Parts: sequence; structure tokens; C-alpha cells
Amino acid sequence: MSIIIDKNTRVLVQGITGKEGSFHATKCLEYGTRIVGGVTPGKGGTKVLGNIEVYENMKVAVKETKANTSLVFVPPAFSPDAIFEAVDAGIRTIIVIAEGIPVSDTLRVIRNIRTKENVRLIGPNCPGVISPGDKCKVGIMPGNIHMPGRVGIVSRSGTLTYEAVAQLTHLGIGQSTCIGIGGDPVVGTSFVDVLELFNNDPDTDSVVMIGEIGGTKEQDAADYIKNHFKKPVAALIVGKSAPANRRMGHAGAIITGKSGSASEKISALRSAGCAIINSPAQIGDTVNELSST
Amino acid sequence: MRIHEYQAKEILNSVGIKVPTGGNAENPDEAFALARKLGGRCVVKAQVYSGGRGKAGGVKLVETAEDSKAEASRLIGSRLFTEQSGPNGLLVSSVLIEEPVNIIGEIYISILANPETETHIAMLSKFGGIDIEELAEKSPEKIKRCEIDPVYGLMEYQTRDLIYEAGIDIDKRKSMFRILSKMYEIYSKYDCSLIEINPLAITDAGDLVAADAKILFDDDALYKNSELLELRDIGQEDPLESLAREHDISYVKLDGDVGCMVNGAGLAMATMDVTTSSSSGPANFLDVGGGASPDKVCEAMKIILSDNDVKKILVNIFGGILRCDLVATGIINAFVSAESKDVPLIVRMAGTNAEQGVSILQQSGLKIIFAQNLDEAAIAIGEN
Repeated sequence: MSIIIDKNTRVLVQGITGKEGSFHATKCLEYGTRIVGGVTPGKGGTKVLGNIEVYENMKVAVKETKANTSLVFVPPAFSPDAIFEAVDAGIRTIIVIAEGIPVSDTLRVIRNIRTKENVRLIGPNCPGVISPGDKCKVGIMPGNIHMPGRVGIVSRSGTLTYEAVAQLTHLGIGQSTCIGIGGDPVVGTSFVDVLELFNNDPDTDSVVMIGEIGGTKEQDAADYIKNHFKKPVAALIVGKSAPANRRMGHAGAIITGKSGSASEKISALRSAGCAIINSPAQIGDTVNELSST
Repeated sequence: MRIHEYQAKEILNSVGIKVPTGGNAENPDEAFALARKLGGRCVVKAQVYSGGRGKAGGVKLVETAEDSKAEASRLIGSRLFTEQSGPNGLLVSSVLIEEPVNIIGEIYISILANPETETHIAMLSKFGGIDIEELAEKSPEKIKRCEIDPVYGLMEYQTRDLIYEAGIDIDKRKSMFRILSKMYEIYSKYDCSLIEINPLAITDAGDLVAADAKILFDDDALYKNSELLELRDIGQEDPLESLAREHDISYVKLDGDVGCMVNGAGLAMATMDVTTSSSSGPANFLDVGGGASPDKVCEAMKIILSDNDVKKILVNIFGGILRCDLVATGIINAFVSAESKDVPLIVRMAGTNAEQGVSILQQSGLKIIFAQNLDEAAIAIGEN
């Protein structure tokens, strides 16, 4: 088993005929994901990537394919509209890759999502989700570095998650589900949301959590871990070497006050009982020690 | 994107919020003319993208137009070193000449996004002024807050309540209402990341005047209001940062001596952290991006090579969408055209086409230290 996506997940790709959309839809298919169709307005009725049907809109696509998940490869200016369309068509899990959606637009989208029951937005500005044991990948991560196993990973970053996965796989430690929640200051799914899912997943034994400077979502996670989480957590916070008040690519990674600093996050996670990963080079080793104790 | 104080005040003034009488001077003669119009006595304020200008000697009250000219010629073209400016200071490109305001009270107002509540938030305090950050830490209850629904916006009753809760005097509430409403209008129209007036001065004549103002625009929303781009003062940026922005490379100049080229912001920060264990730390943050071409990688490497502070270079690429072989080609192209090539280059490649990337680099004749993983990279930085 796994969380958020599994072998029964039926995926529609929004923007499937674009360069990125078609490239990554191919990679997902090769990995084993059940891509049941794609949507590009104006190209409905055509077929791409061998035998994948392209639909005119989400409403028709969901009706025809019974899809429950969408992977959004629409440019940032058009992503909010695509997300609203997916929600209205009845999609339950919406994964948004685009980087560069204005914060005011993301806030409007999330305001809408919070009024719906059982709709989950992951991202924006995220690599997506992968469950190696179910051969299901809904995102842009390189599939071949993963191996099935029992460690869950949740991270704000893309490539740093790959780094974590590679270190684990190198040591023969497999993953249940890996989730990049996104690097923007406002995202649909938080660390706490994912930790709750891992807490209830019988096939996840321990969790690697990777945070960054900026914001207070890691502190919220520390609170949750302290009070509710039943499994061991290894935590890494990056950005220790970043000077205060400078933006480091991820809009979320700004140290604007005390509460966003690496040291404060690390001490909150330590006092919640997490094993602190001291260097990004030691993710695998720390998890190894975690499982041997 | 940040803009200068004088530009922020022009925007506020355009919607009817009072600002001190005055204007921006790009040279001492303009400063003299503006000061003379004000009767000689005026405040000369250095225009740089930073707070803490007063403490750094960038704000001065002068008594005559001659003095304002002298102060302007001292400031314009100089570099101002504030707590936020970094080690190189910031170039003073102009000075704002303003009538002095007789302040009897200082109000703080700001509007920004609040990720915690997934709303925008307006903050108001009658204890404004330069110590607002200290106040926020020690007596947060003295700053009143109001969550703004991202769909419906700031409601009139919320504005009234906020002003009432902040304890604004009854004779000022109507003006405050207008100011807050107008600020939200600007915030929303231009997709600001922040709009702040601190202080909003209560003058001895009973007026409310924006004595200082700060506006930041969400970079990702600039496409909606492209006229704002004209407000950007490139002179305030590090030249390498401007160059990087032209090539759509995410780059921040830092104080150490290890030039870093990485794909992805999180991995870039992780790589920076690794360098601090064995060196003086990163010379920069650089995220070459997910779908980078060899040309973009080449430009990124050229930027690192042109930084005189760089004594060694660490390339850390975890190929996903980005292919390591394309990165290798980009690196070689940059070194071919570079003037100084004797900087130790440490390369760690993993993920998509890593082996091809390494083999392309090995055949290039460049002197490269290869690292298998982040640990080896850290050690190699210490040894070279």
C-alpha cells in the first residue's frame, strides 16, 4: 500500500499535448502509471503517445475515463483555471507542477479547494508523487532511482528529494511513497497533511522529512509529530548557510523573522523527537541508524 | 520586485494618500532646486533598496538649500552600508528631498500574504516607527491584524473594526478608513507582495502623512502589469544578479568563495550547506532550473567564472528532466570562452545520463575532480 496514489489511480494529464506534458506523460506511462487520457482544449478527439485519448475538456474526460487524479502541465498563468476545471469535473487529487503562479492566484485556488470535501491539491511548484511499490508515478521525478519499500518521504523540494531517494536506494532502503509538497510559500498540502496520511499507512514504517528556511510549516509539523505521530522521523532542514533577508529561489525560503530560521526549525524538530540529519550528505545514513535502533 | 521609496510614494499619492511635499533628485542641482522650493529646510533621503537608512547615515535634516545640495553630492553615487545591504553596500542613485513633517504620533500599516492562514492580512498599530520589528516580537498584541479573504477582499466592516481595535482616535478614523481602503486597492490591483507605510505620521496639524513607504511586487505576477517593470532600478542589483535574471537563472550573490551550480532550489541550498563544512562557504546560490539547455548552463557557468570572489567551483547536478550530458556540454562551452580557467572544478553528477555527462567532461581535457556523492564533494572542496 501507499498514500495518495496507488495502482488503482486513474490519471488525466492536463496539457498533455505540450512539450513538457507529453514528455512526462510518456515517462509516467513507462513507469507503469495508468494514464487514462489527456486534456487540451481545441485538440479533443485526437490520440497521442500511442493510444492515449485527448479530450476537449475535463468534464468530458472525467465522464469518459472515470479518472480520479489529474497531473497539471499548464503554464503558470493558466494553471489556476485548469485547477478550477479539474475540481469542478470531480477530480479528487490535483497535482500541479508549474512554478511561478502568483501568490494571490494560489490563495484564491486554495480558498476554493478548502470548501470542497475530499479534494486534495498538491503543489504548486512541486515534483509530484511516486509510490514505487505500486509502480505509480504522477510527477516529474526520475522513476529509476526509486525502489519499493517502507520509508515515506515528504519534502518541499524537487531535486533534493531525488538526492534523498538516491541515498536511500543506494543503501537498499526502499520507499513507500515520496511526495514533494512544493516550494511556494502557499501550497495545497502541508507537511502535517502528509504526516497524517503516513501515520495511518500500515506500509510506511518511518518518514524522512525535508524542510527549508522560511515560513513556519516545519514547526507545525514538529508540533504534530510531538503530539500525534507514532513512527520514527528523520528530519533535514536546508538553508543554514543562507543569509537572512535574501530570497533563495523558492519564494518560501525567505528568512523574514526569527520563526523562519534553520536553527529554530531544527530545535523544534529535535524536541519533537526527530532524528536530525546534520548534513544533506547523511540522509541515507541517518535513516539507516533510525531503522536499526 | 522592489521599488524606491519615492516611487512608492508617487503611487500612494496618485490614489490620494498624503505624502510629504517634495521630489526625487538625481543630481545635486535638482536637490538644490527642490529644497529652495520648500524654503530651504528639508530632509534629504538616500534612495536605496534597503531599510535602516537612517542608522547608516542616509537620511539627514538640513537647514538650507545649499546644505541639501552638499548632502546630495555626498550621497549620490556613493554606496550606503545598511544592515540589509550586504558587504558591498548599495549605490545611492538619487535622493528624495522632502519638507520636514512635525510628527506627534506614528502609525504602522501593512498588507501582505499570510501563508499560515491562507489569506492576505492587514496589520495596523498606533505604535509605529523604526522599532516595529521589536514591538512585533515583544508585544505582538499591540499590532492588530485582520485576515482578508482572497476571493472577497477587504470588507468595509473589517476595515472599520481594525481601525477601532487599533485604538485610532475618533477624529482620524475616517481618514484611516480611506487610507487602508486605498492601500488594499493598490495591493490587489498590482499583485503586491507587500505594501507598507511606516510611519504614517500624525502631524501637529492633525494630518495623516505617509512619511515612509515600501512596496514589493510579486515577481510571478509582473506579466499582468508589465508597465511596473519600468520602475525597476537595475543599479540596485548586483551586476551578476542582473545578468542571471536576463538569462532566467535564479542567482543570489553571497560572501564565501565556492561558486555553486546546482539544479533545483532545495538541492542548491543543501549544496551550499555542504560547502560550509569544509570552506569559507558558498559564493552564490545558483539554481540553473529544471529544463535548462546547454546555452543556459554555459551562461550560468560564465557568471560563476566572472565572479572574482570564486576560488573553487562545485557543480552538483541531479538529473531529472535536466540531462547531465547537456549540462556537461554547457560547462565545457563556458570554460572554452572563459579567460581564467585555473579554478579547481569539482563535479558531482547523478540521475539522468550522469555517466554520459561525466564521460563528456573526462574527454574535454578540462581538469576536473569528480565526486561520487555529496560527502566526497565536501571533502574535495576542503582539499582543493
